[in-house]
Amino acid sequence: MSPTLFGYVRAHSWRQQLVVLAVTLCSLPFFYLSVDLPKTIVDDALGSGTGPREFFGVELSRLDYLWALCLCFLALVLVNGGFKYWINVYKGIVGERTLRRMRFDLYTRILRFPPAHFRVMSQGQLVQMINAEVEPLGGFVGDAYSLPAYQGGMLLTILTFMFLQNPLMGLAAIILYPFQIYIIPKLQRQVNELGRQRVRQVRVLAERIGETAAGVVDIRTNAADAYEEARFSDELGKVFFIRLSIYKKKFLIKFINNFLAQLAPFLFYSIGGYLVLQGELTIGAILAILSAHEKLSAPWKELLAYYQMLWDTQIKYEQVMAQFEPPGLAPVEDVTTATPSVIPVGGPLDALGATIIEDDEPILNAVSFSIALPAHVALLGPPGPDKQALLQALVNLRKTRSGVFRLGEEDISKLPSRALGHYVAYVGNPAQIFAGSVRDNLVFGLKRRPPEDVTRTARDQIEALASGNSPFDGQAEWIDYGAAGVEDTAGLEVRLTAVVEAIGLDGEAFTIGLRGALDPDRAPALAERILEARAALADRLDADPGLARLVERFDPERYNANATVAANLLFGTPLDSSFDIELLSQNAFVLRVLEADGLDVALRQVGYELAATMVELFADLPPDHEYFRQFSFISADDLPEYRALVGRLAAEQIPSLSDKADRQRLLALPMKLIPARHRLDLIDDALQARLLTARKRLREELPATEADKIAFFDPGAFNRGASVQDNILFGRIAHGQANAQARVATMLTAVIDELDLRAAIVAAGLDAEVGVGGVRLSLTQRQRLALGRALLRRPDLLLLDDALAAFDRAEQERLRDAVLRAMAGRTVLWAHQQPGWADEFDLVLRLDRGRLVAVGPPAEVMGEDDRDAAD
Amino acid sequence: MSLSKDVQALQSIPLFAKIEPAKLKLLAFTSERLTYMRGDELFHQGDIGDAAYIILDGEAAVLVDSPNGAVQVATVGTNDMVGEIAILCDVPRTASVKALSDLVTLRIAKDSFFHLVTQFPQVAVEIMAELAARLHNTTQQLTEVRSRLAAPEG
Repeated sequence: MSPTLFGYVRAHSWRQQLVVLAVTLCSLPFFYLSVDLPKTIVDDALGSGTGPREFFGVELSRLDYLWALCLCFLALVLVNGGFKYWINVYKGIVGERTLRRMRFDLYTRILRFPPAHFRVMSQGQLVQMINAEVEPLGGFVGDAYSLPAYQGGMLLTILTFMFLQNPLMGLAAIILYPFQIYIIPKLQRQVNELGRQRVRQVRVLAERIGETAAGVVDIRTNAADAYEEARFSDELGKVFFIRLSIYKKKFLIKFINNFLAQLAPFLFYSIGGYLVLQGELTIGAILAILSAHEKLSAPWKELLAYYQMLWDTQIKYEQVMAQFEPPGLAPVEDVTTATPSVIPVGGPLDALGATIIEDDEPILNAVSFSIALPAHVALLGPPGPDKQALLQALVNLRKTRSGVFRLGEEDISKLPSRALGHYVAYVGNPAQIFAGSVRDNLVFGLKRRPPEDVTRTARDQIEALASGNSPFDGQAEWIDYGAAGVEDTAGLEVRLTAVVEAIGLDGEAFTIGLRGALDPDRAPALAERILEARAALADRLDADPGLARLVERFDPERYNANATVAANLLFGTPLDSSFDIELLSQNAFVLRVLEADGLDVALRQVGYELAATMVELFADLPPDHEYFRQFSFISADDLPEYRALVGRLAAEQIPSLSDKADRQRLLALPMKLIPARHRLDLIDDALQARLLTARKRLREELPATEADKIAFFDPGAFNRGASVQDNILFGRIAHGQANAQARVATMLTAVIDELDLRAAIVAAGLDAEVGVGGVRLSLTQRQRLALGRALLRRPDLLLLDDALAAFDRAEQERLRDAVLRAMAGRTVLWAHQQPGWADEFDLVLRLDRGRLVAVGPPAEVMGEDDRDAAD
Repeated sequence: MSLSKDVQALQSIPLFAKIEPAKLKLLAFTSERLTYMRGDELFHQGDIGDAAYIILDGEAAVLVDSPNGAVQVATVGTNDMVGEIAILCDVPRTASVKALSDLVTLRIAKDSFFHLVTQFPQVAVEIMAELAARLHNTTQQLTEVRSRLAAPEG
């Protein structure tokens, strides 16, 4: 990238800059005319006699001439406005394109950073630079050439006019310019230096915020929040004082500018006045010069502002660029070719005196070996960075200081990384997972075939190319089916299932799928099958009275004692927060339904009794007692209010209660009541019957506008608001029945297997979103996913950097066997901490503090001691 | 299935007889009424203990594993409490309990149980008395067995 902002602008937008410049210059004559025309109107149309006037060769009466000139004036206003509009929009486009290009360039550089660079460059800094720091550059780019041209042109025009009026006065107007040109940059330089400091300081802030967000658990569990707050305050203080100095200097510049600008009128009045008194100048001329000087100040100010801006942006540009030029930046590679060059994966894999030095520490020390491929190789040795460095050097993530790694006689560091990525897979610990579904993450390693057709709209494509962005559509099909050894989507699905089972992700995907919701419009067939499962489960329950009492199914005609009052009333799942159980008592429509037959009063009476009971039960407990969270309907904070309410009101007063807050408070309480669980006998048969009526009315009277906010329970339909599991169960697990949860779960699984639904639910689970960085998955789930991602693409060389450390011993062994089995006939290099596994590998490389200690078959390399040490 | 009935049931248990009804109500409210079918196990010897059970209705067998299979060492019935030892001294279940009939219990979670014991010393004393009685009983049985072993064989 160019070392200066102007260089960058010229390199990527010189054509557009020329267009802006040309149009700007074209607009100047029209601007001049619009300034000049009023004078003609005043002097020519209104003054200088009453005779007819000539207008472009046509003779017009004085009045018609005035009309004509006024219409011209109007036309010029429109033309000037039009020019300004066009120029502004075009400048905006130029600026935004450059900004987009710059951000894209910086982003691609992040992808090419050597991994070690991320130790000095935090995520917060990168975000701050790409998002915030380059932002003002975009605004400047549009003005880079056109502003000085336009404002400079105006300045010159007006100065010419002044010199023509009176050279002495013209001189007076500009006599202080040299002084300004001398002193302002000096001050400006100081401001710039402060600006640099400020940029650095804000980066530190960004870094601290990033670190705090990532480490909030450790900060709080170390009770270090006060310390962190103090440290952050210090950083904010630094920004404050830098800013303060900037303000002082900046406004000093402004003060000097203003003072100098006002010195000119001083000269006009004094020298001009003297000349007038001497009779050498007319008063009219002084007035004309003063008005011209007035006009002069606007472009001059603009030019000075531009000058300041110029330095400011140039600094920002340099500072950002400097951070994106780390030593060891990977070279740019052509991404447009569909098939990368062939890598000699047949081997052998050789190391010839390979040495890696980082931070002046030798990490790998003159390592030499030769391994015939394919082979399963274990990298063993005491914990240390050497094994990781070796593996990363094989995928060009690290560079050797001296010596080489060679694959089939080719120097690996000379091989294009992208081609290496096609043949070699690397799984670190922990491996990174990306936002999207589990499935998206599994096929992530296959998304390397740039789509051949342009699938974006023409507009998107043109803009992407104009900004030097990726020519490929990110939404298009990127999957390289060949890499997975399949032909099409169907084949991939089979392979995906096999990999998911091999890495033990099927069980987890099954659980995720069961607990997740399903859109019946997108998977109508599966929704239908789940309804079959619902029926099958119902049959099982009906067949055995011992089982039947474990579940209370949803029946539109019956009150469900194991569900909350709110769920009984709504008889569905809320799809919008306005119908959430917590907020149901505040929902205007629900309130109307309840009020229709006085049910609100009845429920408030229940609420009153409930409040009285809670106050009685929990009154003596300290507010932080565990029971409040576990059992109470009323939080410890709200208890005093309810206590006061119960003390203030008698039960008989509830029907006539008028206070809005009290009404709402009492109605909210019974909504969470589950009769079978709480055993408070507050919802009697009569009330149940009334709630059933209200349930029907609620569904019938639900306004069309609210219709998509509730998914009603319907025995014959899939409920889109409920999980797959709840859809099969279609009821609530009964309270008070021993081991009901476990027994129902067993039954559910049995039904699913009987109907052969497991695969479909696993597939649904694979479609679940994992969140940014995979936050919704556990560490082991993420690690399984990374293994699956690597295995799915069938790499010729699989590098594993302690990839199973997150698992327990038994699972580690299971996964080890699965991975080695999947990689049979291909090469695995596996750094791990299990000497006892040596026999599972063809070869063992033993490293100790960067030196190769031994290499050979396990029987030769491993002594008896090592095996014992393993157990 | 109502809370007030549970409270009445608790009141008729000697251990809780002296506790005021309001406190028993909290105990009942924070406990879970669980129904077992005949043959169901409440817990198994060696499990981690997380709750004590008060039998509200029905009968259960206390079983101890032996080389010859499970041996029934006692039966418990209405108003008896089982499972408190494991939560009192944090040891695995010392015996299994199995429903001999359909069984209704009140399951008192470990936290609730400790809340009760710390709040009401009289409950602690009652439990102490009960445990002392059991210890006495066991010691007596042990002495009997010892003397029988020491006696010359017939």
